[in-house]
Amino acid sequence: MATSTEHAVIEALRAGDEDAFRALVAELGPSMLRLARHYVSSAAVAEEVVQEAWLGVLRGLDRFEGRSSLRTWIFTILTNTAKTRGVREGRTLPFSSLAAQEGTGPAVEPDRFLPDDSRFPGHWAVRPERWEGAERLLARETLDVIERAIARLPAAQAIVLTMRDVEGFDSAEVCNALDLTETNQRVLLHRARSAVRRALEEYMR
Amino acid sequence: MRLDRELPCVEVVELVTAYLEQRLSPLDTERFEEHLAFCDGCSTYLEQMRATVAATGAVADETLPPELEDKLLEVFRDWKRR
Repeated sequence: MATSTEHAVIEALRAGDEDAFRALVAELGPSMLRLARHYVSSAAVAEEVVQEAWLGVLRGLDRFEGRSSLRTWIFTILTNTAKTRGVREGRTLPFSSLAAQEGTGPAVEPDRFLPDDSRFPGHWAVRPERWEGAERLLARETLDVIERAIARLPAAQAIVLTMRDVEGFDSAEVCNALDLTETNQRVLLHRARSAVRRALEEYMR
Repeated sequence: MRLDRELPCVEVVELVTAYLEQRLSPLDTERFEEHLAFCDGCSTYLEQMRATVAATGAVADETLPPELEDKLLEVFRDWKRR
């Protein structure tokens, strides 16, 4: 459901308020561009997708009934626009069955656990160590480590992680915008977060 | 001792996201939390996953390329003149 703040934004946009548009673009635009990039062949095409999506948003404003939140609706338009463009480019789409086979390994390397013939099979052989210095986690350098880890993820995982953990959507919003089941969404999120944690562990030690 | 209920660490790490999403059954939540109470390794692991989520949320602050922003404003002005 659209919130009352969102209704105010929608009214402002319908009235042609340029500042309202600018603010919304500043808020959602960067993630839209990031996501579009996973569907199409180049940064330039991703920019075109974002433009086309915003045109779709503006043209659809009068039809928008506020059954979903405004941003869920905008991201649905974005992903549909990106999908159409990706198909036209002959690309493998992020959520296709072909793409689903990528990056399906365990959350933690198997050799971190004791073998089946040991006294405590499946328990930690090499435990994770506490990360000292919480402020270090938010340092620019650490955020670069996270960005690089996201860039290495299969597209579907990167998209779900970006929406959930970078942009702060909840799982229902992501399932709606991407047309995923809750379980599917959670599996992708799990793999993505696990991979980012591994990259951080490597860096933090 | 209820060994039949015991989860090994290798399974716990695969349940972390379901736990954080509150998608485990009440019984599995209990087994999960029971395990954590006795396992430093998995407690640290859960803490790291929470820290990972929090740090990922700090990645967001960036802006659009200025040319794209300009083009979007044009799209808006064209639409306004519709």
